[in-house]
Amino acid sequence: MGKKTPEINSSSTADMAFLLLCFFMMTTTMDQDKGLQRRLPPMPDPNQKAQDQKVNRRNIIVVKINSADRLLAGTEPMHVSQLKDKIKEFLSNPYNDPNLPEKEEKEIEGFGTYMVSKGVISLQNDRGTSYQAYIAVQNELVKAVNELRDEFAIANFGKLYIKCNEDEQKVVREAIPQNISEAEPKDVSKK
Amino acid sequence: MSKFKQSEKRTVPQPPSGSLSDIVFMLLFFFMVTTTMRETESKVQLRLPEASEIAKLERKDLTSYINIGTPTRNLQSQFGTDSRIQLNDSFKTVDEIRDFIAAERDAMSEADRSFMTVALKVDENTRMGIVTDVKQELRKCSALKIMYTARKPAED
Repeated sequence: MGKKTPEINSSSTADMAFLLLCFFMMTTTMDQDKGLQRRLPPMPDPNQKAQDQKVNRRNIIVVKINSADRLLAGTEPMHVSQLKDKIKEFLSNPYNDPNLPEKEEKEIEGFGTYMVSKGVISLQNDRGTSYQAYIAVQNELVKAVNELRDEFAIANFGKLYIKCNEDEQKVVREAIPQNISEAEPKDVSKK
Repeated sequence: MSKFKQSEKRTVPQPPSGSLSDIVFMLLFFFMVTTTMRETESKVQLRLPEASEIAKLERKDLTSYINIGTPTRNLQSQFGTDSRIQLNDSFKTVDEIRDFIAAERDAMSEADRSFMTVALKVDENTRMGIVTDVKQELRKCSALKIMYTARKPAED
């Protein structure tokens, strides 16, 4: 029989592991970045003549924030807390009001036809608007769309949008699109 | 003389410590996997705005960060209190965003480039003017996927 290899003293492995553990516990950052995702419109081609995209007047709602963080939605000034209901009414147009956006019958794959609203929300801000107010408004806009999606999902799939599977979510997204356009910057404050 | 003599040998049994290292190792691996080293130090005061409808950032490795805010207090004597743009580790101007985006794009693989997201970490007291400038610049570099980083409002 050969010589026995001496066993390594393992009583300190726990200590070493503790040291490493403490190090990683201190350096770890659990916070995941969260936020509102957006897609910027591509830059218009300079060679191409800027052609006015003819959007029917009733299909567009302009939300303006001025440098004092005051809000104007459509034609009336309002508080941020009122904005969500205004947008919901605008996008859903429950009574087919001729002043609210028209709807277009659209074939959605895996669902059938649905009257999809053609409404577009145009968000304009001043250079002096505070970021906080801007995000608050963005948040309300997203909230309005999300609530409409939830309502649609409950009516058609019997569950909230977030609980739907991927195909169902796609249907909901097509039925209730999120059309928020961040307009070209304009100098609103006239001197 | 009491009838029940306390036996000298009875002591509280020691819990077995043989599996201690295993437990610690498990914790260790957990933290090793979840840890992300903070790559850049924030040089601006960042208090993110609150938003309730926030979504998680999907691919952290495909994200570039742009910080905008007033310089931190110890840097204010050097850089002033005006809102500044921080890319990587230093203050930059709006024009330098183009190079920054190009460099970030180069570092990604060809297939991932279209999924690149730019996370805007902007202090809530910033004016929109500088943010609009940054957004215009991003549009020029066709980095169109952006995210306004926000935090969840405190439960009330």
